[in-house]
Amino acid sequence: MQTPAPLEEYVRATSVADAIAQLEKYGEDARLVAGGHSLIPMMRLRLARPEALIDINDLDELKSIKVEGNEIVIGAMVRHREVLDSPLLFEHYPIFRECEKVIADPVVRNRGTVGGSYCQADPSEDLSALGSALRGSVVIQNSTGTRTVPMREFHFGPYMTQVGDGEILTEVRFPIRPGAGSAYEKVERRVGDWAVTSVGTFVVVKNGVVEDCGIGLAAVGAEHFCVPAAEEFLIGKAPTEENLVQAATLAAEGCNPSSDQRGPADYKKHLAKELTLRALRRSVQSSQGA
Amino acid sequence: MQVTMTINGESVTKECEPRTLLVHFIRDIVGLRGTHWGCDTSNCGTCVLWVDGEPVKSCTMLAAMADGREVRTVEGLEQNGQLDPIQEGFRECHGLQCGFCTPGMMMTGRWILDNNPNPSEEEIREGISGQLCRCTGYHNIVKSIQWAAEHPAENEVKA
Repeated sequence: MQTPAPLEEYVRATSVADAIAQLEKYGEDARLVAGGHSLIPMMRLRLARPEALIDINDLDELKSIKVEGNEIVIGAMVRHREVLDSPLLFEHYPIFRECEKVIADPVVRNRGTVGGSYCQADPSEDLSALGSALRGSVVIQNSTGTRTVPMREFHFGPYMTQVGDGEILTEVRFPIRPGAGSAYEKVERRVGDWAVTSVGTFVVVKNGVVEDCGIGLAAVGAEHFCVPAAEEFLIGKAPTEENLVQAATLAAEGCNPSSDQRGPADYKKHLAKELTLRALRRSVQSSQGA
Repeated sequence: MQVTMTINGESVTKECEPRTLLVHFIRDIVGLRGTHWGCDTSNCGTCVLWVDGEPVKSCTMLAAMADGREVRTVEGLEQNGQLDPIQEGFRECHGLQCGFCTPGMMMTGRWILDNNPNPSEEEIREGISGQLCRCTGYHNIVKSIQWAAEHPAENEVKA
């Protein structure tokens, strides 16, 4: 039987400010819990042994999906299911629906949150590939104020992010790009599993040329879940099959996967190329300027 | 710590440790053994019950996190001595062999139908994709949920 180690305190935060105050009160042994679908399994395995848990499920201020200026803003407590079902996100970026559909399973998606996924920072996290592809940013708050960190600077490494002690990720932001096409591709061993490899892309085609694009890859050891060289190659060129293949090849070359129970490294590199190509093709097709 | 929640319409207050998982609270402290405890790793889904109207894997939630919330377990499917159509469906279509996954399957099945009264086979299979039947009897589970869709209770509105 797996039971978490004894927990001294369980507290319900009543606001973001309260959550920060509680984090400061209990120090480095405190953890925030949102959906709990990463933290509680880690507590059962005793990989995580927080002394105080601060539950942020009541923080309605973190539960909205909205447009602010030219950005989409998703609150940290928005559940995976709400992202999957959001017409607003789908309208701007179909990648949100495609990506969420392959994250875990419907029951887990009822609980798991956007903020939790980013803070857990699993190297196979699909939302991290999506966030890096769209070049989003995260907003982190502490008792002195807030700061905005680009998604491509957010991770120090696997399971390590810029969110420090006494801090909370409050929202993620994505720039709106009119006419962008986007797509998500994932290979998993079985439904609901972590990715063997997954790739998300967006492409903006204007006047027959790729004006902008983004490529995000999960589970293949790409630094910050991206390979900028592949994007730089494609921008300014016609979205021909030959150019897409070259961009996909560069993307795979920029990955550094390890062999594990999900597959050997060379297979993952092969997937990185093939899935990048498929996602780019569909992104180009759905770009309104194509 | 003291935890109070509404379970199948009744308010229940019990003492537990902050680390107590909801599945253990329901089974061992409240004594409702209909909810099963399976893999303990959020994979199998036999511990699925509802919290505030949505199915949740209760091995991945602390009882403390359900404090003040509304819980519905498999025991709450039956109403006034009448089995829920989802229960009738599992009986009619032999939707279980060993019965271990059944409570979770029925709780998710009920939720699928509440959100989509006429689901396709694919939608049902997607809906229960977070749950495992160790007898691999998925075919009859899908048929049982389809049976329930075709035989809604009188007070259910068929879309």
